[in-house]
Amino acid sequence: MRVHAKRAGALLGGLLFPAWSMADWTLNMAPGVTGTSNEIFSLHMTILWICVAIGVVVFGVMFWSIFAHRKSQGAKPANFHENTLVEILWTIIPFVILVVMAIPATATLVDMYDTTESDVDIKVTGYQWRWKYDYIEEDFGYFSNMSTSRDEIYNRTAKSENYLLDVDNPMVVPVGAKVRLLLTANDVIHSWWVPAFGVKKDAIPGFINETWTRVDEPGIYRGQCTELCGKDHGFMPVVVKAVPQEEYDQWVAEQREAAERERELTEKDWTLEELMVRGEKAYASACAACHQADGSGAPPAFPALKGSQIVLEDMEAHLDVVVNGVSGTAMQAFGEQLNEVDLAAVITYERNAWGNDTGEMITPKEVFEYKNQE
Amino acid sequence: MTDAPQDRSQPPRSNTRVVGWCLGGVVGMFAFGFAMVPLYDVFCEITGINGKTGGRYESTVAAERDENRTVQVQFLAQNGPDMPWTFRPVTRSVEVHPGEPVTINYFAQNPTDRAMVAQAVPSLSPSEGTLYFHKTECFCFNQQPLEPGESVEMPLIFIVDKDLPEHITKLTLSYTLYDQDVSPAVSSNSRVRKTTNDNG
Amino acid sequence: MSAVADTHAQDHHHHGPAKGFSRWLLTTNHKDIGSMYLIFSFAMFLLGGTMAMVIRAELFQPGLQIVEPEFFNQMTTMHGLIMVFGAVMPAFVGLANWMLPLMIGAPDMALPRMNNWSFWLLPCAFLILVSTLFMEGGAPNFGWTFYAPLSTTYGPPSTTFFIFAVHIMGISSIMGAINVIATILNLRAPGMTLMKMPLFVWTWLITAFLLIAVMPVLAGVVTMMLMDINFGTSFFDASGGGDPVLFQHVFWFFGHPEVYIMILPAFGAVSHIIPAFSRKPLFGYASMVYAVGAIALLSFVVWAHHMFTVGIPIAGQLFFMYATMLIAVPTGVKVFNWVATMFRGALSFETPMLFAVAFVILFTIGGFSGLMLAIAPADFQYHDTYFVVAHFHYVLVPGAIFGIFASAYFWLPKWTGHMYDETLAKTHFWLSFIGMNLAFFPMHFLGLAGMPRRIPDYALQFADFNMVSSVGAFMFGATQLLFLLIVVKCVKGGEKASAKPWDGAEGLEWTVPSPAPYHTFSTPPEVK
Repeated sequence: MRVHAKRAGALLGGLLFPAWSMADWTLNMAPGVTGTSNEIFSLHMTILWICVAIGVVVFGVMFWSIFAHRKSQGAKPANFHENTLVEILWTIIPFVILVVMAIPATATLVDMYDTTESDVDIKVTGYQWRWKYDYIEEDFGYFSNMSTSRDEIYNRTAKSENYLLDVDNPMVVPVGAKVRLLLTANDVIHSWWVPAFGVKKDAIPGFINETWTRVDEPGIYRGQCTELCGKDHGFMPVVVKAVPQEEYDQWVAEQREAAERERELTEKDWTLEELMVRGEKAYASACAACHQADGSGAPPAFPALKGSQIVLEDMEAHLDVVVNGVSGTAMQAFGEQLNEVDLAAVITYERNAWGNDTGEMITPKEVFEYKNQE
Repeated sequence: MTDAPQDRSQPPRSNTRVVGWCLGGVVGMFAFGFAMVPLYDVFCEITGINGKTGGRYESTVAAERDENRTVQVQFLAQNGPDMPWTFRPVTRSVEVHPGEPVTINYFAQNPTDRAMVAQAVPSLSPSEGTLYFHKTECFCFNQQPLEPGESVEMPLIFIVDKDLPEHITKLTLSYTLYDQDVSPAVSSNSRVRKTTNDNG
Repeated sequence: MSAVADTHAQDHHHHGPAKGFSRWLLTTNHKDIGSMYLIFSFAMFLLGGTMAMVIRAELFQPGLQIVEPEFFNQMTTMHGLIMVFGAVMPAFVGLANWMLPLMIGAPDMALPRMNNWSFWLLPCAFLILVSTLFMEGGAPNFGWTFYAPLSTTYGPPSTTFFIFAVHIMGISSIMGAINVIATILNLRAPGMTLMKMPLFVWTWLITAFLLIAVMPVLAGVVTMMLMDINFGTSFFDASGGGDPVLFQHVFWFFGHPEVYIMILPAFGAVSHIIPAFSRKPLFGYASMVYAVGAIALLSFVVWAHHMFTVGIPIAGQLFFMYATMLIAVPTGVKVFNWVATMFRGALSFETPMLFAVAFVILFTIGGFSGLMLAIAPADFQYHDTYFVVAHFHYVLVPGAIFGIFASAYFWLPKWTGHMYDETLAKTHFWLSFIGMNLAFFPMHFLGLAGMPRRIPDYALQFADFNMVSSVGAFMFGATQLLFLLIVVKCVKGGEKASAKPWDGAEGLEWTVPSPAPYHTFSTPPEVK
């Protein structure tokens, strides 16, 4: 039936708007790839068909009246205005339908709430406007930022296939394992949703929520934040990559190694050029949303970095602003969001890009020491 | 407009009285709106629904260990907005027998060059377990001041109640650390800070 | 009771209205105040509609073309607030002002001076609210549900003005509600017992009680916000021991009954229009009254169905799911009654009837999606997607707004003394009907396909239906100017309307001449 509906929709769409024959006229919910999402899908279809059936009966009677009982057709009005039996019946029957509907819904709900016996525990933290995934048992974690460029959003370049739904670092989960998600938020309420999993849960600052999923098919699954969380609410996608267990284990090992390497990186000797290259990337994902890619900012809320006094002169103050933020303003403390290398790279980049040619650099080690200074 | 009350079939009724009743309802519902705050807290304390673990637990009976099963307790830590401290559990997770008191530590360090005061806010998941998680000693009962660069290990002593429902095998305790110097400033200084939604 | 009414009558020496602006500023006449409410609400409808046009224009294509996300959020927020508090609620108060005294045979509202005051507070409130658009940091941008902490710690500086505006409109609504209750309880014509009251009167009585019960809670919750923002309390701030979820509980305790406040009077009006054009008495009057009562009572115990994803424990989840599903029963009874009224009548389809029939059909569709949303597990997929947007626009646009249009066309001859232009009115109906369905039906598909609400830009797979939806919205929006034209035309002239222009209509309002004289029922009629 779904296929037919789709075809009918596509046909109708194609007839009405020939230019959009390429269109993706999805009409219905997708069944998804988890047990939960499939159960939800069947609940959805059941209740939908119940509604359609009731609708056909009610509207059928109505349209019959409209058709057959028109004054212009010479209809004479009857004068009845109550019928106890009928009235009792149409109170009881819907009630019974509802009870029948409530049974499977209750069962699914109980199942959705059963977070026990999980294999992998991941903490999901919502920030304005990015997600952070911490693998609790494995001791590593990372931020996941949208990777769609501002140029695509502002129609300066063609939009890619996964426009607005692509991130730099997706969450990775093993196929077939029960993944328990613990959700919280840093600033405002966010909500983490992957339609294909049938999982949506609010991330609330100061509180922890839990839910779970078990993905049956490998693949990349996309969703979005679904609780209004400010300016870039529409730009914090969720991407989850489900991979076979072996691949997952390997990925975890790599991540742990990478976390280790990151710590070492802070000890390496970096050149200005290396930091500039890395800084440009880090700047694009962490800073450009507010301060703009060309450093022009959007005063007064977001000061321009290009030609800024702090950026051009006082290194210590610059470091302090980036690491600790400026309380009372929009500037967040990036000290815990970015690692030392990225912090050093961003600061170096800001001091040398867009004509800010100070020639000055700061090494990850200096940042590390600043952060840990006695 | 000359209708005298006796023109009406109903006995004369006073607008004053109706208005009085309605205003009473309005005042009552306004008060009820505020009463929802303590009511919600009491409700949560009884049912544990929002995962807020309670205050200091004083037990009158000697704790009895349940040797037959273990429960995993995980510890999480995160910082509130603009909180520059390093904050993490020293132990990521422990296996405990219900009924036994367990001590673990959280590590906190103030990397900034100013003295700061922090408050940790606990939350437990699943919330059903909240009623069965007792803290006899917790750093979250008090604010934690730290001098510039100072670090501290903060103890937490807890008992998982032996009446914990069988199907709960894992508890996750999460602390969010908030900068208490900012909080009052949020209010007095709110004009500036509140713009973070637009731009930050 | 009559002391107030008497003084007022003497002020006007039993003649026509005073002249000039002071007539409107100082009037205590229910018909004048009703007209002002209706005009004000239509102005707000156009303003809120303009904002909807901005939203739909931005969503016409993927990418950011017209407005920035900050401004987009301000538009969605202001659109919601203005439509709910500025357009729908005042429109119903306007209808109540005009029609309640005429329907129950009263000379005026029971508290005419308070009536004047409660109207004039509204323009003040909305002046404040709209002025926030021009303030530094912009207008409220946290959605009409203003969830903390987005609206408190992270709200723009104008939030305090928003709170003040909500307080004022709350006071206005409460005063309006008290007036309605006093009028209905004290000023009914001799012989009009409660169970003889017209349904519009019944639904408004229940609506007024709902208003008295929940508007103070709204005032309470915004006061708590005010304290969190300005006086350092932590009702909703986790860092001070508060709970952001508490905000949602308090808000929705107000918010759900509020939904019924916006629909119950429309139920009442439609229950007059359908029998009138079916030339047959309303089927199941008593069950209609009980159904409205049941809906109103149930509305107090279903609020958390707006919060299924916040992590309520399963017992709470189940309770709110069952309670919400239960609302389908009385709502169903009402729909069945309307259909049974039409069944074996002698139907004719003048514009009020067209809007009323569309109301029944489309509101029922909105009810169906509401039933789907009530199924908690499924709600995890629907929640905060365009499916929800489709749902509440289906109950509010063809529900509340079509209800208001139906009432307006039904009673325009009584208000103006002229018949409106039937051809233009039917055009207005059909364009509205098509535009509305084109705008909102595809939103169901968008939501099911996974498009979250309140986003200024969307992924490419949502592009096509969004474009259809925008086209429909522009069509619906532009069509409303036609309504303005029709009303102006009808006020200025047209075929003279008789005292009872609809042959099937029943009720006291049709016993007075058209247009209704400035003072009616100075001597109460006898109801048998």
